[in-house]
Amino acid sequence: MTELTRLDAADIAAKIAAKEVSAVEVTQAHLDRIAAVDHAVHAFLHVDTERALAAAKAVDDNAAAGLPAASPLAGVPLALKDVLTMQGAPTTCGSKVLENWQPPYDATVTQRLQAAGVVILGKTNMDEFAMGSSTENSAFGPTRNPWDLDRIPGGSGGGSSAALAAFEAPLAIGTDTGGSIRQPGAVTGTVGVKPTYGTVSRFGLVAFSSSLDQAGPCARTVLDAALLHEVIAGHDPLDSTSIDAPVPPVVAAALEGANGDLKGVKVGVVTEFAGDGYEPGVAEAFTAAVDQLRALGAEIVEVSCPSFDLALPAYYLIAPSEASSNLARFDAMRYGLRVGDDATRSAEEVMSLTRAAGFGPEVKRRIILGTYALSAGYYDAYYGSAQKVRTLIMRDFDAAFASVDVLVSPTTPTTAFKIGERTADPMAMYRADLCTIPSNLAGNAALSVPCGLSDGLPVGLQIMSPALQDQRGYRVAAAYEVARNAAQGGPLINRVPELEVAH
Amino acid sequence: MTTAELMDYAEVITRFDPVLGLEVHVELSTATKMFCGCSNRFGGEPNTHVCPTCLGLPGSLPVVNAVAVESAIRIGLALNCEIAPWCRFARKNYFYPDMPKNFQTSQYDEPIAFNGYLDVTLDDGEVVRVQIERAHMEEDTGKSLHVGGATGRIHGAEHSLLDYNRAGVPLIEIVTKTIEGTGERAPEVARAYVSTLRDLLQALDVSDVRMDQGSLRCDANVSLMERGAAEFGTRTETKNVNSLRSVERAVRFEMTRQAAILASGGSILQETRHFEEASGTTRAGRRKETSEDYRYFPEPDLVPIAPSAEWVQELRGTLPELPAERRKRVQAEWSLTDLELRDLVNAGAIDLVAATADAGAPPAEARSWWMSYLSQQANARGVDLGALPITPGQVARVIALVADGALTNKLARDVVDGVLAGEGEPDHVVETRGLKVVSDDSALYAAVDEALAANPDVATKIREGKHAAAGAIVGAVMKATQGQADAKRVRELILTRCGA
Amino acid sequence: MPSISRDEVAHLARLARLAVTEAELDLFAGQLDQIVAAVAQVGQVADQDIPPTSHSVPLTNVFRADVVRPGLTQQQATAAAPAVEDGRFRVPRILGEEA
Repeated sequence: MTELTRLDAADIAAKIAAKEVSAVEVTQAHLDRIAAVDHAVHAFLHVDTERALAAAKAVDDNAAAGLPAASPLAGVPLALKDVLTMQGAPTTCGSKVLENWQPPYDATVTQRLQAAGVVILGKTNMDEFAMGSSTENSAFGPTRNPWDLDRIPGGSGGGSSAALAAFEAPLAIGTDTGGSIRQPGAVTGTVGVKPTYGTVSRFGLVAFSSSLDQAGPCARTVLDAALLHEVIAGHDPLDSTSIDAPVPPVVAAALEGANGDLKGVKVGVVTEFAGDGYEPGVAEAFTAAVDQLRALGAEIVEVSCPSFDLALPAYYLIAPSEASSNLARFDAMRYGLRVGDDATRSAEEVMSLTRAAGFGPEVKRRIILGTYALSAGYYDAYYGSAQKVRTLIMRDFDAAFASVDVLVSPTTPTTAFKIGERTADPMAMYRADLCTIPSNLAGNAALSVPCGLSDGLPVGLQIMSPALQDQRGYRVAAAYEVARNAAQGGPLINRVPELEVAH
Repeated sequence: MTTAELMDYAEVITRFDPVLGLEVHVELSTATKMFCGCSNRFGGEPNTHVCPTCLGLPGSLPVVNAVAVESAIRIGLALNCEIAPWCRFARKNYFYPDMPKNFQTSQYDEPIAFNGYLDVTLDDGEVVRVQIERAHMEEDTGKSLHVGGATGRIHGAEHSLLDYNRAGVPLIEIVTKTIEGTGERAPEVARAYVSTLRDLLQALDVSDVRMDQGSLRCDANVSLMERGAAEFGTRTETKNVNSLRSVERAVRFEMTRQAAILASGGSILQETRHFEEASGTTRAGRRKETSEDYRYFPEPDLVPIAPSAEWVQELRGTLPELPAERRKRVQAEWSLTDLELRDLVNAGAIDLVAATADAGAPPAEARSWWMSYLSQQANARGVDLGALPITPGQVARVIALVADGALTNKLARDVVDGVLAGEGEPDHVVETRGLKVVSDDSALYAAVDEALAANPDVATKIREGKHAAAGAIVGAVMKATQGQADAKRVRELILTRCGA
Repeated sequence: MPSISRDEVAHLARLARLAVTEAELDLFAGQLDQIVAAVAQVGQVADQDIPPTSHSVPLTNVFRADVVRPGLTQQQATAAAPAVEDGRFRVPRILGEEA
């Protein structure tokens, strides 16, 4: 492993800006790393070698011409979750139904990354259509956790989190519908942020659950996540749910937090997210993190959010319902897989056969569940009630944020589980998102920052902020990151085992 | 279908009361589609007015067209509807290849306009008030072309070809409440409703309202109930009704078909039927194996629409004079009888007469020209009055020339013929055809003198005070001047010459 | 407590245009029954007077000016299609409403 792949994004950008290293060298180093370790990790579905090098060269040419850098992240490589469209490369969403599909347009996030001079290395693996918590639901095989290759890297964005933990990329983009950025961040010892719903454009993000999906930054440090956050966030007229407001000052907040002073900050511990089902090691790491926050000067109080107990059931009605409708378009007519067209079968039959062959079991389960929940006669009991629960959860957040600045909880109840351990038990799998779901239902900001190890596996601290107050979480996370690094002998990510390198 | 399966219409009426419900889909003539910036022009090479959004590509998102919302509100206001202070789009989920997302973005239980009415005047002047249930926004589907099998029909086709240029075109669906108590006039009411609605939409300038091109489409729900019964019968929905005449025929056919079934003890299937223009009949569509369950839910990709009272008021201010008001005003201003008004309406002449009057002609003159000579010309050519190649301004000019004495009525008709023949503006036709009234008295005196000399007996009678005899001399002068003289003036000159 | 029967799963799969095997029907019926039992607890708020939330963002009236934006060319539009004929998407025969 070369030194370059160990660097944070901010450091890489600084070295490129200072011409200590070229963007092409940085990109090549990461491409080499991918070539060396991805056979074991399988973080990437597609590596865009030539265009990544061309993009890096453009950054170098720009600098050579004496022009200012396009952004503070110009020349820094990034891994893009394969749920965002990018012309010239496939967008598969981890599904056979979209195998080899080349979108004729770029997602707004993709455009912003490119405009910022960020070098997109390729597309990362994910649970099919972002449905899952382990990346085992990818049609193209699971991604493995660099901390233990027999374990899951979280999901749905396991490719992005694993790419960071394997030093294949210093930055990644994830999408978070029920925790798909934060839970993979937690189990890989990386930082994952779900911004406030409506602050990062969903245009070009292949929808799983439209009212919950939100793209966000993934990185190895809080500052890197903040830098990436400011590149991708902002109003987009192509997304009707995009909020026309200034991007919260997250970089400034991360820098302020790094001073290590949280005096005057009130932190609420969500009492519902503890007890049975929480691994002891996770609970210990979380308690230690709360103590650390107190030591930094924060005032710690316990806060009850009683409706959070209904968040998981509400989520597993709303998300499948929206998904059943969003995924109806995969019908073999205009793009993607077509199966069984033998010139005698009807379009209807070909649709059914294609969808049967193209979707994996979890996607089918959720489509059927969503179809059920929206059916006449069941709507009020299921979808309608779930939307009422959503209101209750928003009220709980409002009440909590009336008395505290941020809320904290473990990001996920357990550390990375073994591949295959929960595939036969959907409900057990669903519980991985227990703590992350409320912020998707309410739309507020939430992030996960590494907070120690349990039996050698990373644990994540979730910090939730009010909507459009994303900077609060960054400040607390940055302060905590500095304190933990000092207390635990450097960044946690440095303790990830060396991967076997292919020659 | 043989006639034996139909009941005689007169008998239908003695035994049953028809109940109607009409659903009209209007394609808006906005520049762009409902949810994306693609052109909303009719036609075009296949799949050239498309983008990721209207093709339903993964990751694409809708954004509502502001003008479509304004049009929807204006239509609602013109239909005397309440405008929802808050409403949403919903997804109507069903699979069909012409629908790229396999759901239609529509409005479900929260339409933008509801509870209105439209007054419809029948041919004999009777006014029927049709209650409007709702007007809501939605998007159109693409078009499919069926290849193989029988001539473009879906049945027996080997495969189909899809063009999504029309997918996402803004539609307003206008739904009536049930229309009851129209008895034997039900087919006529249906037709008059669609016709009145079409005129209204045209006045609002929100749609091309071309039934032949599908920019105005009508689905007719028809059911029968035994006379005096309290409950509605089972209804059918007839689609593919592509002209005003078809609306009337389809309703009438369904009444006679359903009556025959009911009379023979059968029951009506609730189904979708298709109108066949050529035979004037309806036929059943394919039976669905599972009942339709559209699984409506609020569209999460769009935010609610909450028209402020100020906005609605502002849009109310943009409503043009609507056809019904206009008729009332015109009738008063032009002092028309009900019958005269109806003739004008039926001839499609109100706008033409009004425009001619606006161009300076007395309304009575304008009406007379359009309703008599020009109507005859239109009939002779087999076209609508409005399709004649003459403008209201040109007609007004001809009327002005007559009023000035520059043309006689006979000459004026010649000028109009010239304009209709494409010879140019009225003044140009007068020039080139040499149709000027001979108004030079000395020239006329010469002709008068000549005629008097040629008819000495008549001249004597006039001199003796028998003024009526002057008519023969007038005729001779007119003949000599090839009609280009003002007969009244000629008569005056004759009398002067004869010292009478 | 409602539960999802095997027949109901078959009906839902038809609605969702999913050809399911007999084995899948058995598997899904069992799993969905378990999931529905777990999520049905949201029904405890069904009768409460709580406004439903469909959007967490408090936005209304987001509109686009009625101005044409360039879209895709016919070639771009049909490039990913399984089959194309004369610039149109070629699909298997459609069982229409109009039989």
